[in-house]
Amino acid sequence: MTEITKEQIKHVAHLARLTFTEEEVEAFAKDLGDIIGFAEQLNELDTEGIEETTHVLDITNVLRDDVVRDSLDREEALKNAPAQQNGQVKVPKVIGD
Amino acid sequence: MALFDESYKALQDRLHKKDLSVTELVNEAYENIKKTDGSVHAFLTLNEEAARQQAQALDAERGHSQATLFGLPIGIKDNIVTKGLKTTAASQLLANFEPLHHATVVERIQAQQGIVIGKLNMDEFAMGSSNENSSFYTTRNPWDLERVPGGSSGGSAAAVAAGMVPFSLGSDTGGSIRQPAAFCGVVGMKPTYGRVSRFGLIAFASSLDQIGPLTTTVENNAHLLQAISGVDAYDSTSADVAVPDFTKALTGEVKGLRIAVPKEYLGEGVSAGVKAAVKKAIAQLEALGASVEEVSLPHSKYAVATYYLLASSEASANLARFDGVRYGVRKEADNLIDMYKKTRSEGFGDEVKRRIMLGTFALSSGYYDAYYKKAQKVRTLIKRDFEKVFENFDVVIGPTTPTTAFKIGEKIDDPLTMYANDILTIPVNLAGVPAISVPCGLAEGLPVGLQIIGKPFDEATVYRTAHAYEQAANLKLAPSLEGVNA
Repeated sequence: MTEITKEQIKHVAHLARLTFTEEEVEAFAKDLGDIIGFAEQLNELDTEGIEETTHVLDITNVLRDDVVRDSLDREEALKNAPAQQNGQVKVPKVIGD
Repeated sequence: MALFDESYKALQDRLHKKDLSVTELVNEAYENIKKTDGSVHAFLTLNEEAARQQAQALDAERGHSQATLFGLPIGIKDNIVTKGLKTTAASQLLANFEPLHHATVVERIQAQQGIVIGKLNMDEFAMGSSNENSSFYTTRNPWDLERVPGGSSGGSAAAVAAGMVPFSLGSDTGGSIRQPAAFCGVVGMKPTYGRVSRFGLIAFASSLDQIGPLTTTVENNAHLLQAISGVDAYDSTSADVAVPDFTKALTGEVKGLRIAVPKEYLGEGVSAGVKAAVKKAIAQLEALGASVEEVSLPHSKYAVATYYLLASSEASANLARFDGVRYGVRKEADNLIDMYKKTRSEGFGDEVKRRIMLGTFALSSGYYDAYYKKAQKVRTLIKRDFEKVFENFDVVIGPTTPTTAFKIGEKIDDPLTMYANDILTIPVNLAGVPAISVPCGLAEGLPVGLQIIGKPFDEATVYRTAHAYEQAANLKLAPSLEGVNA
Protein backbone atom coordinates (compact mmCIF):
# COMPACT_ATOMS: atom_id res chain seq x y z
CA MET A 1 0.00 0.00 0.00
CA THR A 2 1.20 3.47 -0.92
CA GLU A 3 0.90 6.26 1.61
CA ILE A 4 -0.95 9.33 0.36
CA THR A 5 -1.17 12.06 2.97
CA LYS A 6 -4.15 14.22 3.75
CA GLU A 7 -2.11 17.27 2.71
CA GLN A 8 -1.49 15.70 -0.70
CA ILE A 9 -5.22 15.04 -1.10
CA LYS A 10 -6.03 18.65 -0.24
CA HIS A 11 -3.44 19.93 -2.72
CA VAL A 12 -4.72 17.70 -5.54
CA ALA A 13 -8.33 18.62 -4.68
CA HIS A 14 -7.48 22.30 -5.08
CA LEU A 15 -5.83 21.64 -8.45
CA ALA A 16 -8.98 19.74 -9.53
CA ARG A 17 -11.25 22.51 -8.16
CA LEU A 18 -12.94 20.19 -5.68
CA THR A 19 -13.52 20.48 -1.94
CA PHE A 20 -13.95 17.70 0.57
CA THR A 21 -14.88 17.36 4.24
CA GLU A 22 -12.17 16.06 6.60
CA GLU A 23 -13.87 12.63 6.53
CA GLU A 24 -13.90 12.60 2.74
CA VAL A 25 -10.23 13.60 2.67
CA GLU A 26 -9.41 10.62 4.85
CA ALA A 27 -11.48 8.25 2.71
CA PHE A 28 -9.82 9.58 -0.46
CA ALA A 29 -6.34 9.23 1.03
CA LYS A 30 -7.07 5.53 1.57
CA ASP A 31 -8.82 4.94 -1.80
CA LEU A 32 -6.14 6.74 -3.82
CA GLY A 33 -3.39 5.04 -1.84
CA ASP A 34 -4.91 1.65 -2.69
CA ILE A 35 -5.32 2.50 -6.38
CA ILE A 36 -1.82 3.99 -6.73
CA GLY A 37 -0.42 0.99 -4.83
CA PHE A 38 -2.16 -1.29 -7.32
CA ALA A 39 -0.82 0.77 -10.24
CA GLU A 40 2.72 0.38 -8.98
CA GLN A 41 2.72 -3.17 -10.37
CA LEU A 42 3.67 -1.45 -13.65
CA ASN A 43 7.14 -0.97 -12.16
CA GLU A 44 7.68 -4.73 -12.57
CA LEU A 45 8.07 -4.02 -16.29
CA ASP A 46 11.25 -2.73 -17.85
CA THR A 47 10.11 0.01 -20.22
CA GLU A 48 13.56 1.43 -20.97
CA GLY A 49 13.58 2.56 -24.60
CA ILE A 50 9.87 1.86 -25.19
CA GLU A 51 8.11 4.78 -26.86
CA GLU A 52 4.90 6.10 -25.34
CA THR A 53 1.53 5.50 -26.99
CA THR A 54 -0.48 8.69 -26.66
CA HIS A 55 -2.75 7.71 -29.50
CA VAL A 56 -3.26 4.46 -31.44
CA LEU A 57 -3.63 6.01 -34.89
CA ASP A 58 -1.01 7.92 -36.81
CA ILE A 59 -2.51 11.32 -36.27
CA THR A 60 -1.83 14.01 -38.82
CA ASN A 61 -2.94 17.61 -38.93
CA VAL A 62 -6.35 18.08 -40.47
CA LEU A 63 -6.54 21.34 -42.40
CA ARG A 64 -9.38 23.08 -44.17
CA ASP A 65 -9.91 26.34 -45.99
CA ASP A 66 -10.69 29.27 -43.75
CA VAL A 67 -14.15 30.19 -44.97
CA VAL A 68 -16.79 32.25 -43.20
CA ARG A 69 -19.77 30.17 -42.11
CA ASP A 70 -22.84 30.75 -39.99
CA SER A 71 -22.48 30.00 -36.31
CA LEU A 72 -24.83 29.99 -33.33
CA ASP A 73 -26.46 33.31 -32.62
CA ARG A 74 -25.83 34.91 -29.25
CA GLU A 75 -29.21 34.13 -27.74
CA GLU A 76 -28.96 30.47 -28.62
CA ALA A 77 -25.36 30.20 -27.44
CA LEU A 78 -26.40 31.56 -24.05
CA LYS A 79 -29.39 29.25 -23.71
CA ASN A 80 -27.72 26.95 -21.20
CA ALA A 81 -25.75 29.60 -19.28
CA PRO A 82 -26.82 29.61 -15.61
CA ALA A 83 -26.39 33.40 -15.24
CA GLN A 84 -26.17 36.10 -17.87
CA GLN A 85 -26.30 39.86 -18.24
CA ASN A 86 -26.33 42.08 -21.34
CA GLY A 87 -25.91 39.10 -23.64
CA GLN A 88 -22.89 37.78 -21.80
CA VAL A 89 -22.16 34.98 -19.37
CA LYS A 90 -22.04 36.29 -15.82
CA VAL A 91 -19.71 34.89 -13.15
CA PRO A 92 -18.93 35.88 -9.55
CA LYS A 93 -16.14 38.38 -9.05
CA VAL A 94 -12.69 37.17 -9.91
CA ILE A 95 -10.54 39.74 -8.09
CA GLY A 96 -10.90 40.30 -4.34
CA ASP A 97 -11.89 43.67 -2.80
CA MET B 1 -43.15 -13.43 -33.31
CA ALA B 2 -42.61 -10.17 -31.43
CA LEU B 3 -42.17 -7.28 -33.85
CA PHE B 4 -38.64 -6.48 -32.68
CA ASP B 5 -37.56 -10.13 -33.11
CA GLU B 6 -38.17 -9.94 -36.86
CA SER B 7 -35.07 -9.63 -39.01
CA TYR B 8 -33.85 -6.35 -40.46
CA LYS B 9 -34.83 -7.49 -43.94
CA ALA B 10 -38.29 -8.69 -42.87
CA LEU B 11 -39.06 -5.36 -41.21
CA GLN B 12 -37.84 -3.30 -44.18
CA ASP B 13 -39.83 -5.51 -46.61
CA ARG B 14 -43.00 -5.22 -44.55
CA LEU B 15 -42.62 -1.45 -44.19
CA HIS B 16 -42.12 -0.85 -47.90
CA LYS B 17 -44.93 -3.26 -48.86
CA LYS B 18 -47.12 -1.24 -46.45
CA ASP B 19 -47.83 -4.38 -44.47
CA LEU B 20 -46.45 -2.50 -41.44
CA SER B 21 -46.27 1.18 -40.57
CA VAL B 22 -43.53 3.16 -38.92
CA THR B 23 -46.19 4.37 -36.49
CA GLU B 24 -46.80 0.74 -35.44
CA LEU B 25 -43.06 0.24 -34.85
CA VAL B 26 -42.83 3.40 -32.76
CA ASN B 27 -46.00 2.43 -30.85
CA GLU B 28 -44.44 -0.94 -30.09
CA ALA B 29 -41.37 0.76 -28.60
CA TYR B 30 -43.34 3.11 -26.34
CA GLU B 31 -45.81 0.39 -25.33
CA ASN B 32 -42.97 -1.92 -24.35
CA ILE B 33 -41.28 0.92 -22.47
CA LYS B 34 -44.51 1.60 -20.59
CA LYS B 35 -44.88 -2.12 -19.79
CA THR B 36 -41.37 -2.79 -18.54
CA ASP B 37 -39.38 0.35 -17.79
CA GLY B 38 -41.07 0.93 -14.46
CA SER B 39 -38.96 -2.01 -13.23
CA VAL B 40 -35.94 -1.85 -15.55
CA HIS B 41 -35.29 1.94 -15.49
CA ALA B 42 -33.35 1.95 -18.76
CA PHE B 43 -34.51 5.34 -20.08
CA LEU B 44 -33.79 8.77 -18.62
CA THR B 45 -35.69 10.89 -21.17
CA LEU B 46 -38.22 9.95 -23.84
CA ASN B 47 -38.54 11.66 -27.23
CA GLU B 48 -42.12 10.52 -27.70
CA GLU B 49 -43.82 13.49 -29.35
CA ALA B 50 -41.08 14.12 -31.90
CA ALA B 51 -40.71 10.38 -32.61
CA ARG B 52 -44.43 9.99 -33.30
CA GLN B 53 -44.41 13.00 -35.62
CA GLN B 54 -41.41 11.64 -37.47
CA ALA B 55 -43.13 8.23 -37.76
CA GLN B 56 -46.19 9.82 -39.34
CA ALA B 57 -44.07 11.70 -41.86
CA LEU B 58 -42.11 8.55 -42.73
CA ASP B 59 -45.26 6.51 -43.26
CA ALA B 60 -45.87 8.59 -46.40
CA GLU B 61 -42.44 7.61 -47.71
CA ARG B 62 -42.94 3.86 -47.47
CA GLY B 63 -42.19 2.17 -50.76
CA HIS B 64 -39.94 5.06 -51.89
CA SER B 65 -37.24 5.66 -49.29
CA GLN B 66 -33.81 4.10 -49.80
CA ALA B 67 -32.68 4.99 -46.26
CA THR B 68 -30.98 2.09 -44.50
CA LEU B 69 -32.47 2.67 -41.04
CA PHE B 70 -35.91 3.58 -42.37
CA GLY B 71 -38.40 3.79 -39.50
CA LEU B 72 -36.30 1.78 -37.05
CA PRO B 73 -36.57 2.69 -33.33
CA ILE B 74 -33.21 3.51 -31.76
CA GLY B 75 -32.26 4.42 -28.17
CA ILE B 76 -29.30 6.75 -27.54
CA LYS B 77 -26.96 6.69 -24.54
CA ASP B 78 -27.28 9.89 -22.58
CA ASN B 79 -23.68 11.02 -23.12
CA ILE B 80 -24.37 11.51 -26.85
CA VAL B 81 -25.79 14.97 -27.47
CA THR B 82 -29.21 15.42 -29.08
CA LYS B 83 -30.36 18.88 -30.15
CA GLY B 84 -33.10 20.19 -27.88
CA LEU B 85 -33.44 16.83 -26.12
CA LYS B 86 -32.08 16.80 -22.58
CA THR B 87 -28.63 15.20 -22.35
CA THR B 88 -27.26 14.67 -18.84
CA ALA B 89 -24.55 11.98 -19.00
CA ALA B 90 -26.47 10.79 -15.88
CA SER B 91 -24.92 13.65 -13.87
CA GLN B 92 -26.64 16.13 -11.56
CA LEU B 93 -24.25 18.72 -12.95
CA LEU B 94 -25.92 18.44 -16.38
CA ALA B 95 -29.45 17.73 -15.08
CA ASN B 96 -30.86 20.66 -17.10
CA PHE B 97 -28.61 20.59 -20.19
CA GLU B 98 -30.24 20.95 -23.60
CA PRO B 99 -27.64 20.59 -26.37
CA LEU B 100 -27.56 23.09 -29.24
CA HIS B 101 -26.63 20.49 -31.85
CA HIS B 102 -26.74 16.78 -32.62
CA ALA B 103 -23.74 14.48 -32.31
CA THR B 104 -22.53 13.33 -35.75
CA VAL B 105 -23.86 9.80 -35.06
CA VAL B 106 -27.33 11.22 -34.41
CA GLU B 107 -27.15 13.29 -37.63
CA ARG B 108 -26.24 10.12 -39.50
CA ILE B 109 -29.07 8.09 -37.92
CA GLN B 110 -31.50 10.82 -38.94
CA ALA B 111 -30.05 10.96 -42.44
CA GLN B 112 -30.90 7.25 -42.74
CA GLN B 113 -34.37 7.92 -41.27
CA GLY B 114 -33.89 6.01 -38.02
CA ILE B 115 -36.03 7.24 -35.12
CA VAL B 116 -34.60 8.43 -31.80
CA ILE B 117 -36.88 6.95 -29.13
CA GLY B 118 -35.16 8.42 -26.07
CA LYS B 119 -32.02 8.77 -23.97
CA LEU B 120 -30.60 5.85 -22.02
CA ASN B 121 -29.28 5.62 -18.48
CA MET B 122 -25.58 5.05 -17.78
CA ASP B 123 -22.92 5.44 -15.14
CA GLU B 124 -22.24 9.16 -14.63
CA PHE B 125 -19.95 10.43 -17.40
CA ALA B 126 -19.54 6.75 -18.45
CA MET B 127 -17.45 5.99 -15.36
CA GLY B 128 -18.49 2.64 -13.99
CA SER B 129 -19.20 -1.00 -14.76
CA SER B 130 -22.60 -1.47 -13.13
CA ASN B 131 -24.86 1.57 -13.75
CA GLU B 132 -24.86 2.12 -9.98
CA ASN B 133 -23.00 5.40 -10.60
CA SER B 134 -25.95 7.00 -12.39
CA SER B 135 -26.95 10.01 -10.29
CA PHE B 136 -30.62 9.41 -11.16
CA TYR B 137 -31.34 5.69 -10.63
CA THR B 138 -29.77 2.29 -11.21
CA THR B 139 -30.88 0.41 -14.32
CA ARG B 140 -31.79 -3.22 -13.56
CA ASN B 141 -30.80 -6.31 -15.49
CA PRO B 142 -33.94 -7.63 -17.28
CA TRP B 143 -32.72 -11.20 -16.60
CA ASP B 144 -32.76 -10.63 -12.84
CA LEU B 145 -33.88 -7.31 -11.41
CA GLU B 146 -31.61 -7.76 -8.38
CA ARG B 147 -28.57 -7.71 -10.65
CA VAL B 148 -26.71 -4.95 -12.47
CA PRO B 149 -27.07 -4.58 -16.26
CA GLY B 150 -23.37 -3.78 -16.47
CA GLY B 151 -21.93 -0.42 -17.41
CA SER B 152 -21.43 2.12 -18.36
CA SER B 153 -23.91 1.61 -21.26
CA GLY B 154 -26.25 -0.33 -18.94
CA GLY B 155 -29.41 1.40 -20.12
CA SER B 156 -28.50 0.77 -23.77
CA ALA B 157 -28.09 -2.98 -23.15
CA ALA B 158 -31.09 -3.40 -20.82
CA ALA B 159 -33.47 -1.57 -23.20
CA VAL B 160 -32.53 -3.92 -26.08
CA ALA B 161 -32.64 -7.04 -23.85
CA ALA B 162 -36.10 -6.14 -22.50
CA GLY B 163 -37.46 -5.56 -26.02
CA MET B 164 -38.05 -1.81 -25.61
CA VAL B 165 -35.96 -0.99 -28.70
CA PRO B 166 -34.18 -3.32 -31.15
CA PHE B 167 -31.24 -0.91 -31.54
CA SER B 168 -29.29 1.41 -29.28
CA LEU B 169 -26.04 3.33 -29.23
CA GLY B 170 -23.55 3.10 -26.39
CA SER B 171 -19.98 4.24 -25.87
CA ASP B 172 -17.02 2.10 -24.86
CA THR B 173 -13.88 3.41 -23.13
CA GLY B 174 -12.82 0.25 -21.27
CA GLY B 175 -15.64 -2.19 -22.02
CA SER B 176 -18.72 -0.01 -21.59
CA ILE B 177 -20.55 -1.46 -24.63
CA ARG B 178 -19.32 -5.06 -24.49
CA GLN B 179 -19.63 -5.75 -20.75
CA PRO B 180 -23.29 -4.66 -20.48
CA ALA B 181 -24.04 -6.47 -23.78
CA ALA B 182 -22.60 -9.64 -22.20
CA PHE B 183 -24.48 -9.16 -18.91
CA CYS B 184 -27.83 -8.56 -20.68
CA GLY B 185 -27.46 -11.14 -23.48
CA VAL B 186 -27.36 -8.76 -26.48
CA VAL B 187 -24.86 -8.00 -29.26
CA GLY B 188 -22.51 -5.06 -28.59
CA MET B 189 -19.75 -3.74 -30.88
CA LYS B 190 -16.86 -1.44 -30.02
CA PRO B 191 -15.48 -0.35 -33.40
CA THR B 192 -11.85 0.42 -34.18
CA TYR B 193 -10.72 3.69 -32.61
CA GLY B 194 -11.41 6.35 -35.27
CA ARG B 195 -14.07 4.36 -37.17
CA VAL B 196 -16.93 6.42 -35.72
CA SER B 197 -16.90 10.17 -35.10
CA ARG B 198 -16.78 11.21 -31.46
CA PHE B 199 -18.18 14.67 -32.23
CA GLY B 200 -20.99 15.22 -29.74
CA LEU B 201 -19.93 12.40 -27.42
CA ILE B 202 -19.35 13.93 -23.98
CA ALA B 203 -15.67 13.06 -23.64
CA PHE B 204 -14.40 10.76 -20.90
CA ALA B 205 -10.98 9.57 -22.16
CA SER B 206 -10.47 10.90 -25.68
CA SER B 207 -7.78 8.42 -26.77
CA LEU B 208 -9.99 5.45 -25.81
CA ASP B 209 -13.66 6.46 -26.29
CA GLN B 210 -15.64 5.00 -29.21
CA ILE B 211 -19.37 4.98 -29.96
CA GLY B 212 -20.90 1.69 -31.10
CA PRO B 213 -24.20 -0.22 -31.53
CA LEU B 214 -26.02 -2.60 -29.15
CA THR B 215 -28.64 -4.74 -30.87
CA THR B 216 -30.66 -7.95 -30.75
CA THR B 217 -28.72 -9.56 -33.63
CA VAL B 218 -25.37 -9.35 -35.42
CA GLU B 219 -27.15 -8.36 -38.64
CA ASN B 220 -28.88 -5.41 -36.98
CA ASN B 221 -25.57 -4.42 -35.43
CA ALA B 222 -23.82 -4.33 -38.81
CA HIS B 223 -26.56 -2.13 -40.31
CA LEU B 224 -26.37 0.43 -37.50
CA LEU B 225 -22.56 0.58 -37.54
CA GLN B 226 -22.68 1.01 -41.31
CA ALA B 227 -24.86 4.08 -40.93
CA ILE B 228 -22.70 5.84 -38.32
CA SER B 229 -19.18 4.98 -39.59
CA GLY B 230 -16.74 7.09 -41.55
CA VAL B 231 -14.57 10.18 -41.40
CA ASP B 232 -16.11 13.39 -40.06
CA ALA B 233 -14.83 16.93 -40.53
CA TYR B 234 -15.85 17.71 -36.94
CA ASP B 235 -13.60 15.03 -35.39
CA SER B 236 -9.95 15.23 -36.39
CA THR B 237 -9.34 11.78 -34.86
CA SER B 238 -11.99 10.11 -37.04
CA ALA B 239 -10.11 7.98 -39.56
CA ASP B 240 -10.19 8.64 -43.28
CA VAL B 241 -10.41 4.91 -44.05
CA ALA B 242 -12.91 3.39 -46.49
CA VAL B 243 -15.95 1.79 -44.85
CA PRO B 244 -16.69 -1.61 -46.42
CA ASP B 245 -20.21 -3.04 -46.66
CA PHE B 246 -20.30 -4.89 -43.33
CA THR B 247 -23.44 -6.84 -44.24
CA LYS B 248 -21.58 -8.47 -47.17
CA ALA B 249 -19.44 -10.21 -44.54
CA LEU B 250 -22.46 -12.01 -43.05
CA THR B 251 -22.00 -15.18 -45.07
CA GLY B 252 -22.14 -17.82 -42.35
CA GLU B 253 -18.80 -19.02 -43.72
CA VAL B 254 -15.71 -19.28 -41.45
CA LYS B 255 -13.80 -22.09 -43.15
CA GLY B 256 -10.07 -21.44 -42.84
CA LEU B 257 -10.54 -18.60 -40.32
CA ARG B 258 -7.55 -18.54 -37.94
CA ILE B 259 -8.70 -18.09 -34.33
CA ALA B 260 -6.31 -17.27 -31.48
CA VAL B 261 -7.40 -17.99 -27.91
CA PRO B 262 -5.22 -16.16 -25.35
CA LYS B 263 -4.45 -18.35 -22.36
CA GLU B 264 -4.68 -15.24 -20.14
CA TYR B 265 -8.39 -14.91 -21.05
CA LEU B 266 -9.37 -18.34 -19.70
CA GLY B 267 -7.20 -18.30 -16.59
CA GLU B 268 -7.94 -17.90 -12.94
CA GLY B 269 -10.63 -15.39 -12.04
CA VAL B 270 -12.83 -16.51 -14.92
CA SER B 271 -15.83 -18.44 -13.54
CA ALA B 272 -16.40 -22.08 -14.47
CA GLY B 273 -19.76 -21.31 -16.09
CA VAL B 274 -18.27 -18.59 -18.30
CA LYS B 275 -15.34 -20.81 -19.29
CA ALA B 276 -17.67 -23.69 -20.23
CA ALA B 277 -19.93 -21.51 -22.41
CA VAL B 278 -16.99 -19.85 -24.18
CA LYS B 279 -15.16 -23.15 -24.81
CA LYS B 280 -18.34 -24.61 -26.27
CA ALA B 281 -18.69 -21.61 -28.60
CA ILE B 282 -15.07 -21.91 -29.74
CA ALA B 283 -15.61 -25.63 -30.43
CA GLN B 284 -18.64 -24.72 -32.51
CA LEU B 285 -16.56 -22.32 -34.64
CA GLU B 286 -13.95 -25.06 -35.03
CA ALA B 287 -16.68 -27.44 -36.21
CA LEU B 288 -17.61 -24.85 -38.84
CA GLY B 289 -14.08 -25.10 -40.26
CA ALA B 290 -12.09 -22.49 -38.36
CA SER B 291 -8.71 -23.38 -36.89
CA VAL B 292 -8.07 -22.67 -33.20
CA GLU B 293 -4.75 -22.19 -31.43
CA GLU B 294 -3.76 -21.05 -27.97
CA VAL B 295 -1.63 -17.89 -27.82
CA SER B 296 -0.32 -15.49 -25.17
CA LEU B 297 -0.98 -11.78 -24.65
CA PRO B 298 1.64 -11.54 -21.91
CA HIS B 299 0.96 -7.95 -20.80
CA SER B 300 -2.78 -8.47 -20.25
CA LYS B 301 -2.46 -8.44 -16.48
CA TYR B 302 -1.08 -4.89 -16.56
CA ALA B 303 -3.98 -3.53 -18.59
CA VAL B 304 -6.27 -2.58 -15.69
CA ALA B 305 -3.61 -0.48 -13.92
CA THR B 306 -2.53 1.11 -17.21
CA TYR B 307 -6.10 1.92 -18.10
CA TYR B 308 -7.05 3.52 -14.79
CA LEU B 309 -4.01 5.80 -14.89
CA LEU B 310 -4.51 6.87 -18.51
CA ALA B 311 -8.32 7.08 -18.58
CA SER B 312 -8.45 8.99 -15.29
CA SER B 313 -5.72 11.39 -16.44
CA GLU B 314 -7.57 12.16 -19.65
CA ALA B 315 -10.86 12.44 -17.72
CA SER B 316 -9.41 14.94 -15.26
CA ALA B 317 -8.59 17.22 -18.20
CA ASN B 318 -11.84 16.59 -20.13
CA LEU B 319 -14.07 17.20 -17.10
CA ALA B 320 -12.41 20.53 -16.32
CA ARG B 321 -15.01 22.15 -18.60
CA PHE B 322 -17.81 21.41 -16.14
CA ASP B 323 -17.38 24.55 -14.07
CA GLY B 324 -20.88 26.05 -13.94
CA VAL B 325 -20.05 28.95 -16.28
CA ARG B 326 -21.55 28.24 -19.70
CA TYR B 327 -23.95 25.37 -18.94
CA GLY B 328 -25.00 22.98 -16.22
CA VAL B 329 -26.25 23.44 -12.67
CA ARG B 330 -24.25 26.23 -10.98
CA LYS B 331 -23.85 26.44 -7.21
CA GLU B 332 -23.32 30.10 -6.36
CA ALA B 333 -20.47 31.35 -4.18
CA ASP B 334 -18.82 34.71 -3.42
CA ASN B 335 -15.94 34.36 -5.81
CA LEU B 336 -15.15 32.49 -9.00
CA ILE B 337 -12.85 29.79 -7.59
CA ASP B 338 -15.29 28.95 -4.80
CA MET B 339 -18.13 28.80 -7.34
CA TYR B 340 -16.12 26.31 -9.42
CA LYS B 341 -15.39 24.20 -6.35
CA LYS B 342 -18.94 24.22 -5.05
CA THR B 343 -20.48 23.48 -8.47
CA ARG B 344 -18.12 20.55 -9.08
CA SER B 345 -18.14 19.11 -5.56
CA GLU B 346 -21.94 19.10 -5.38
CA GLY B 347 -22.52 18.26 -9.05
CA PHE B 348 -20.20 15.25 -9.48
CA GLY B 349 -20.78 11.86 -7.84
CA ASP B 350 -18.21 9.91 -5.81
CA GLU B 351 -16.74 7.78 -8.61
CA VAL B 352 -16.32 10.77 -10.92
CA LYS B 353 -14.52 12.69 -8.16
CA ARG B 354 -12.37 9.64 -7.39
CA ARG B 355 -11.21 9.46 -11.03
CA ILE B 356 -10.67 13.20 -11.35
CA MET B 357 -8.53 13.02 -8.20
CA LEU B 358 -6.57 10.00 -9.46
CA GLY B 359 -6.01 11.64 -12.84
CA THR B 360 -5.02 15.00 -11.39
CA PHE B 361 -2.59 13.22 -9.07
CA ALA B 362 -1.07 11.16 -11.92
CA LEU B 363 -0.56 14.31 -14.00
CA SER B 364 0.72 16.50 -11.17
CA SER B 365 4.26 17.73 -10.96
CA GLY B 366 6.64 15.10 -9.55
CA TYR B 367 4.35 12.14 -10.40
CA TYR B 368 3.86 12.59 -14.15
CA ASP B 369 6.85 10.47 -15.21
CA ALA B 370 6.30 7.75 -12.61
CA TYR B 371 2.63 7.18 -13.37
CA TYR B 372 1.29 8.78 -16.56
CA LYS B 373 4.34 8.33 -18.78
CA LYS B 374 5.01 4.85 -17.43
CA ALA B 375 1.42 3.83 -18.24
CA GLN B 376 1.77 5.19 -21.79
CA LYS B 377 4.83 3.00 -22.29
CA VAL B 378 3.04 -0.08 -20.98
CA ARG B 379 0.20 0.78 -23.36
CA THR B 380 2.71 0.34 -26.20
CA LEU B 381 3.59 -3.16 -24.89
CA ILE B 382 -0.10 -4.13 -24.70
CA LYS B 383 -0.68 -2.86 -28.25
CA ARG B 384 2.34 -4.84 -29.50
CA ASP B 385 0.93 -8.04 -27.91
CA PHE B 386 -2.05 -7.75 -30.26
CA GLU B 387 0.05 -6.78 -33.30
CA LYS B 388 2.18 -9.87 -32.83
CA VAL B 389 -0.79 -12.24 -32.57
CA PHE B 390 -2.49 -10.63 -35.58
CA GLU B 391 0.54 -11.46 -37.74
CA ASN B 392 -0.69 -15.06 -37.76
CA PHE B 393 -4.36 -14.94 -36.83
CA ASP B 394 -7.59 -13.31 -38.08
CA VAL B 395 -9.42 -12.93 -34.77
CA VAL B 396 -8.74 -13.29 -31.06
CA ILE B 397 -11.52 -14.94 -29.06
CA GLY B 398 -12.28 -15.23 -25.35
CA PRO B 399 -14.93 -14.29 -22.80
CA THR B 400 -16.13 -10.68 -22.58
CA THR B 401 -16.26 -10.72 -18.77
CA PRO B 402 -14.82 -13.00 -16.07
CA THR B 403 -18.28 -13.59 -14.53
CA THR B 404 -21.97 -13.13 -15.32
CA ALA B 405 -23.92 -10.12 -13.97
CA PHE B 406 -23.26 -9.48 -10.28
CA LYS B 407 -25.74 -8.28 -7.67
CA ILE B 408 -26.54 -4.61 -7.12
CA GLY B 409 -24.47 -3.40 -4.16
CA GLU B 410 -22.02 -6.32 -4.35
CA LYS B 411 -18.95 -4.41 -5.56
CA ILE B 412 -19.82 -0.74 -5.21
CA ASP B 413 -17.80 -0.18 -2.02
CA ASP B 414 -14.54 -1.51 -3.41
CA PRO B 415 -13.27 0.32 -6.50
CA LEU B 416 -10.45 -2.15 -7.22
CA THR B 417 -12.79 -5.18 -7.32
CA MET B 418 -15.12 -3.23 -9.58
CA TYR B 419 -12.25 -2.24 -11.89
CA ALA B 420 -11.05 -5.88 -12.11
CA ASN B 421 -14.32 -6.79 -13.83
CA ASP B 422 -13.05 -5.01 -16.95
CA ILE B 423 -9.82 -6.99 -17.26
CA LEU B 424 -10.83 -8.73 -20.52
CA THR B 425 -12.26 -5.70 -22.29
CA ILE B 426 -9.74 -2.97 -21.37
CA PRO B 427 -6.77 -4.27 -23.45
CA VAL B 428 -8.91 -3.82 -26.60
CA ASN B 429 -9.38 -0.09 -25.97
CA LEU B 430 -5.71 0.39 -25.13
CA ALA B 431 -4.78 -1.26 -28.46
CA GLY B 432 -7.54 0.58 -30.36
CA VAL B 433 -8.80 -2.58 -32.11
CA PRO B 434 -12.45 -3.55 -32.75
CA ALA B 435 -14.30 -6.16 -30.66
CA ILE B 436 -17.83 -7.50 -30.36
CA SER B 437 -19.64 -9.31 -27.56
CA VAL B 438 -22.14 -11.86 -28.80
CA PRO B 439 -24.32 -14.01 -26.49
CA CYS B 440 -22.98 -17.59 -26.17
CA GLY B 441 -25.31 -19.24 -23.69
CA LEU B 442 -26.24 -19.08 -20.04
CA ALA B 443 -24.38 -19.85 -16.83
CA GLU B 444 -26.69 -20.36 -13.85
CA GLY B 445 -29.49 -18.72 -15.78
CA LEU B 446 -27.55 -15.56 -16.73
CA PRO B 447 -26.15 -14.60 -20.15
CA VAL B 448 -22.48 -15.13 -21.05
CA GLY B 449 -20.73 -12.99 -23.70
CA LEU B 450 -18.26 -14.28 -26.29
CA GLN B 451 -15.73 -11.60 -27.18
CA ILE B 452 -14.36 -11.56 -30.74
CA ILE B 453 -11.48 -9.13 -31.30
CA GLY B 454 -10.28 -8.12 -34.78
CA LYS B 455 -7.49 -6.28 -36.55
CA PRO B 456 -7.69 -2.49 -36.82
CA PHE B 457 -10.49 -1.52 -39.27
CA ASP B 458 -11.41 -5.18 -39.84
CA GLU B 459 -14.87 -5.07 -38.25
CA ALA B 460 -16.03 -7.09 -41.28
CA THR B 461 -14.17 -10.23 -40.13
CA VAL B 462 -15.41 -9.70 -36.57
CA TYR B 463 -18.99 -9.55 -37.86
CA ARG B 464 -18.46 -12.57 -40.12
CA THR B 465 -17.25 -14.64 -37.17
CA ALA B 466 -19.96 -13.43 -34.78
CA HIS B 467 -22.71 -13.99 -37.35
CA ALA B 468 -21.53 -17.50 -38.30
CA TYR B 469 -21.48 -18.44 -34.62
CA GLU B 470 -24.87 -16.81 -33.93
CA GLN B 471 -26.50 -18.66 -36.86
CA ALA B 472 -24.95 -22.03 -35.98
CA ALA B 473 -25.68 -21.80 -32.26
CA ASN B 474 -29.21 -20.43 -32.85
CA LEU B 475 -29.61 -19.62 -29.13
CA LYS B 476 -32.30 -16.92 -29.32
CA LEU B 477 -31.82 -15.97 -25.68
CA ALA B 478 -34.45 -13.74 -24.10
CA PRO B 479 -35.26 -12.96 -20.48
CA SER B 480 -38.63 -14.16 -19.18
CA LEU B 481 -39.38 -10.65 -17.85
CA GLU B 482 -41.11 -12.32 -14.93
CA GLY B 483 -41.87 -9.80 -12.22
CA VAL B 484 -41.15 -6.96 -14.63
CA ASN B 485 -43.89 -4.36 -14.71
CA ALA B 486 -44.64 -0.73 -15.22
